[in-house]
Amino acid sequence: MSSLADNEKLKDDILDIYPAKVARKRKKSIVLNDPGEIPEIQANVRTIPGIITQRGCSYAGCKGVVLGPTRDIINLTHGPIGCGFYSWLTRRNQTRPGTEAGSDENFMTYCFSTDMQDPNIVFGGEKKLKKAVKEAYDTFHPKAIGIFSTCPVGLIGDDVHAVAREMTEELGDCNVFGFSCEGYKGVSQSAGHHIANNQLFKHVIGKGEEKTEGEFKINLLGEYNIGGDAFVLEDIFEKCGITLGATFSGNSTYDQFASSYSADLNCIMCHRSINYVAEMMEEKYGIPWIKVNFIGAESSAKSLRKIADYFGSQKLKDRVEEVIAEEMSAVSAARDEVLPRTEGKSAMLFVGGSRAHHYQDLFTELGMKTLAAGYEFGHRDDYEGRRVIPNIKIDADSRNIEELSVSADPDKYNQRITDEERARLTEERGLEFSDYEGLMPQMEEGTLVIDDLSHYEMEELIKAHKPDVFCAGIKEKYAVQKMGVPLKQLHSYDYGGPYAGFAGAVNFYKDIALMVSSRVWGLVGAPWEKGESLSPVYVESGAPAVTMTE
Amino acid sequence: MLLKHTTAEVAERSALTVNPAKTCQPVGAMYAALGIHGCLPHSHGSQGCCAYHRSALTRHYKEPVMAGTSSFTEGASVFGGQGNLVQALNNMFTIYNPEIIAVHSTCLSETIGDDLAQIVRKSIDEGKVPEGKTVIYAPTPSFIGSHVTGFANMCASMASQLAEKPAEEAAPLDQVNILPGWVEPSDMREIKRIMKTMGIPYVMYPDTSDVMDAPMTGHHEFYPKGGAKIADIKSSGSSKATFALGAWASEPAAKELWKKCRVPYETLDLPIGIKATDRFLAKLSEVTGTPVPDSLTAERGRAVDMITDMQSYLYGKRVALWGDPDQLLALSEFLADIDMKPVYIVSGTPGKKFMNKMESILGDVVPESKFKNGERADLFLMHQWIKEQGVDLLMGNTYGKYIARDDDIPFVRMGFPIYDRVGHSYFPTVGYMGAIRILEKILGVLMDRQDRDSPEESFELVM
Repeated sequence: MSSLADNEKLKDDILDIYPAKVARKRKKSIVLNDPGEIPEIQANVRTIPGIITQRGCSYAGCKGVVLGPTRDIINLTHGPIGCGFYSWLTRRNQTRPGTEAGSDENFMTYCFSTDMQDPNIVFGGEKKLKKAVKEAYDTFHPKAIGIFSTCPVGLIGDDVHAVAREMTEELGDCNVFGFSCEGYKGVSQSAGHHIANNQLFKHVIGKGEEKTEGEFKINLLGEYNIGGDAFVLEDIFEKCGITLGATFSGNSTYDQFASSYSADLNCIMCHRSINYVAEMMEEKYGIPWIKVNFIGAESSAKSLRKIADYFGSQKLKDRVEEVIAEEMSAVSAARDEVLPRTEGKSAMLFVGGSRAHHYQDLFTELGMKTLAAGYEFGHRDDYEGRRVIPNIKIDADSRNIEELSVSADPDKYNQRITDEERARLTEERGLEFSDYEGLMPQMEEGTLVIDDLSHYEMEELIKAHKPDVFCAGIKEKYAVQKMGVPLKQLHSYDYGGPYAGFAGAVNFYKDIALMVSSRVWGLVGAPWEKGESLSPVYVESGAPAVTMTE
Repeated sequence: MLLKHTTAEVAERSALTVNPAKTCQPVGAMYAALGIHGCLPHSHGSQGCCAYHRSALTRHYKEPVMAGTSSFTEGASVFGGQGNLVQALNNMFTIYNPEIIAVHSTCLSETIGDDLAQIVRKSIDEGKVPEGKTVIYAPTPSFIGSHVTGFANMCASMASQLAEKPAEEAAPLDQVNILPGWVEPSDMREIKRIMKTMGIPYVMYPDTSDVMDAPMTGHHEFYPKGGAKIADIKSSGSSKATFALGAWASEPAAKELWKKCRVPYETLDLPIGIKATDRFLAKLSEVTGTPVPDSLTAERGRAVDMITDMQSYLYGKRVALWGDPDQLLALSEFLADIDMKPVYIVSGTPGKKFMNKMESILGDVVPESKFKNGERADLFLMHQWIKEQGVDLLMGNTYGKYIARDDDIPFVRMGFPIYDRVGHSYFPTVGYMGAIRILEKILGVLMDRQDRDSPEESFELVM
């Protein structure tokens, strides 16, 4: 087994097999970490064709990730059937519709598609799209319909935005909006997040009249309620007396998005997928944002304290401390129980655009070391921290994604906090606004940080370091497990969870403890393959007792 | 209710598909390609296609599914994906060392008109395909047909691009070709067992057994030991006959073999159920002059014995089915033969023959049956039919679980994809043994239901 000291050589060995051009490019995305002096990592650049990547596409980031979890918007895929089919219920965004008529809509169990056919590609698909929108409206009467473009749509020149405008007008009480999230846009799901953010901002946020009522009003951004994470957080906020206006977008509704402008603080979980909305809401409505992390019990406590510090109310601070104390006793008990099995073990995390960072906190709580990590679709700021944003070179792929220019809303802008107060909170309480420090400062010196890990690199890492658990997604799961290493899916949680908040941490402790101490791996390999001798009791003088046929 | 917006009132739709009973071509091409030994499938399109297809197949099989992508960006979409594919082939041969790469297109590369044949030729000319290695390709536009079409297209490409035309005077080889259609690795393994039991030398492709059901060894075999060998596929041009199982999935490849190599073919239904298996064995016997061995006849007898024993549990039960035409035709015939009533059937896969064939199977025996295929023959429509008049059993892929739960209907999972249960890769549904497996599953859910719902005084020990 290699140690971190061998990582420089491991990196060279990995690059060695690549064609020269590929090696040159991959070299910049494979970095030996130094938390003291954060090295530059190449990220959010094109995947090299044929390399076997974890990444998906812009459509997946837009329709699948950001808009998927909103239950009362009809998400209509404009394209051939596949994209709609594969994004139908395959992410575990849980939702709890109301029970009363009017609040009980839930279209997430449905898949809507224009199922484009050959003639639609040749002669254009706008007519079919209009009809499909009308039919969806007539059958389901949703308050909103989102149209999601797949690859051919942009190429044949269908104008989904024009169709959306026309249908919004025609239908009267249904907000129809389009997303130019063709799969070839950008270099990964990340482009789709940005596109989703833009359209949500343009067409939904701020359209609500109803203001969220409450003393301490926040929105939670970048929490998609995989496995019920958002439910756990909703409970915590309620316990603390914090009013959650909208979650983008786990367990969410259209109206919550529409009136989210009335919250007083935006808390960002997944920085990668949603920071654009937070930035734009600050400009337009004056809502500041802070980075939070509710993955890990300690991080959850820290995040709650940040929120309490922001509002500054002693009553809230006290309540938050009470809740933390209450929750922590169960957490400590659970942790003490599993530590003997987890302590000293190791993990690797290659997933998403924030999870590879956030979940390190949980592994730290388990006494486990993160040997290597990286994102599937992160940007340099997710690794090195937002301070590098001004230095990030905007390439052609990023330039193609629209940057909205936003200014203060004449009616709805309301600066929530004075500049002086902001500075004071940063100074005295260490509360950073509009900042995310990224993954690298947290990782040990000499650990490998790799962006857009290829399948080949993954296997080499595993062979070299033999981690006790590898965290990635479904495409990696069974290949890694065939190597005898358990893989924890951090997109779907292996259909378990929730893992957020205090209750979630307890679930995670238990699941990881089981994974790293399971007896099943002991069954791999038959005794005769392992060279255990079989004593030939029935064989006399070396001759077999039976003669084998054929 | 999970599907609370579905009501019995069927509104005509001419543009909107809701809850499709099909997916797109490339995933079928990827699955077919995995049935060649040492093959790395390649998706010529955006990354998302490859990610979605790999995920879908992985969730269905709980196995690694390795495949490459051309990773189109906006630039490639405008200027063509040639550069991406040439580079991808070079990288894959260098890094992953496959014997063969099977490239399929996507809606993106088809829309911009990339010519796979030309790009592959160029890659060979430029030395990007190492000596002794092979590249095949299949056009699989997502806006035509369905996942079944994509499977059929890749199989057709195996035939047209790999099978070798025998020399003029050469005698045909002492073997037949089996094109098994889109079935599970378990089914492919079962078909091979039947051929072995019959004693007929054969070449079968694709063959995903020992690929998509690979053993746990502590090592990831990038190319597991299974899969049809390229040499065998090459030799299929010299076989005496081809048996194409399933008109949708297999006939195009059989036609290619006929066109290129003059191998005569028989298109048969998938051997699901008693009669379709009878026809398969009878045809095998007739064409090859090999008698059906007693052991297979005994298997048939066991299956029929089970049916006659349990007939009272099956009689008149109304069934709703969805999935792929080759499976649905054979399965509907089987269900009708065991006195069940397949009343609602939908398949998103188009093809005019479907309605005619279904009519000939069900027209007389289940005159009340409703069936539809092609665009908008979707699960939403089928569910609306069910809301109108209920059924006793659902048979189809995983997506049926939402209907099963909402309307409290027993449910047997069959078809693609099955994301939420295991077993399909290990236990076949083809042949007589497969019929027994289907029966066991049907009877299991129906009898569980009876046990659950019967009043205490009529709760039965013996059934």
